[in-house]
Amino acid sequence: MSKFGKKKKEMPAVNTASLPDIVFMLLFFFMVTTTMRETDLKIENPQLPNATEVKKLEHKSLVSTIYVGKAKDKRLGTGDKIQLNDKIATPDDVTAFILNERSQRSEAEVPFMTTSIKADIKSSVGTITDIKLKLRDVGALKLSLSSRKSSEIQE
Amino acid sequence: MARRETPEINAGSMADIAFLLLIFFLVTTTMDVDSGISKKLSEKPPKDYVPPVIKEKNIFEVNINRNNEMLVEGETMKLGELKEAAKAFIDNGGGEGKVENGVSTGPCDYCKGARSAASSDHPNKAIISVQSDRGTEYGMYIKVQNELLKAYTELRNRLALEKYNVSFDQLEEDFKNDKTNEKLKEKVEFIRTSYPQIISDAEPTSVN
Repeated sequence: MSKFGKKKKEMPAVNTASLPDIVFMLLFFFMVTTTMRETDLKIENPQLPNATEVKKLEHKSLVSTIYVGKAKDKRLGTGDKIQLNDKIATPDDVTAFILNERSQRSEAEVPFMTTSIKADIKSSVGTITDIKLKLRDVGALKLSLSSRKSSEIQE
Repeated sequence: MARRETPEINAGSMADIAFLLLIFFLVTTTMDVDSGISKKLSEKPPKDYVPPVIKEKNIFEVNINRNNEMLVEGETMKLGELKEAAKAFIDNGGGEGKVENGVSTGPCDYCKGARSAASSDHPNKAIISVQSDRGTEYGMYIKVQNELLKAYTELRNRLALEKYNVSFDQLEEDFKNDKTNEKLKEKVEFIRTSYPQIISDAEPTSVN
């Protein structure tokens, strides 16, 4: 057994010299993985539906996104609104939107372009169908109905 | 001239600066990858297009009304039962398959269904038609699509497990990692053509 009355040894300070290194490592990780939202939403942040059979969207640069949901600005009414780029639009504007998106890509990439519809679960199928018909007219046939991946669906 | 020693820069606050940046990126980061149910829209039919005549038994009709209630083949159904009903329909294999480029695909030899004469002939003839009302909730529509896709996925997985001892999901994953592998491509194509996903969205009925 150790002796009593021995003078207490002072705790050595933890060496914090490598702390910045650790923090920098984390910092770089988040810097690389971060994506900033490029458009600000004019509609309420859509609550995406849950689904199990989802596919990841590849080639992010070839995806054009259409948002559907209720407008943040209550003066615009309470029905479903469509947002293209950063303004509220009507289904008729979808054609111009797709053509504009196409003109920004090279011709070889156009067949691989996908349209992603981010719609709120409370929006109505009619609005989605209007968009779909316009997309079909303009020949943008690849469509992704954005949904969250979940393991099980509750009724 | 006596050289003065340069004073060392105090690096003590470096960690603070780094932490500040770290917190900023922590807050702004979004890790989720965009994912969704992928669909291929049908091409716009020409004006003088006459739709082909399809036998009633080869169509699996799903109706969703504006109260988010489902009618499948004329009977109300709960969402939980839809997958099994769709599987039974697709996998029925009651007759001859589609004639493609003059070559008949013959009867379905991998189907495990009831082979009833009143249901679909062959998976490549089986069409699922989803008709929804304009007022149907989008969430419900996605759920129905999801259940139908799940039916296809399960059938494809079953066939792939039987034939190649590996699930179709795994097969697709392998193919994605090795695009040049002809053997894998053949397998994936075979499963896909064995159970082609034919889900058609009928134009919604309008509410007035």
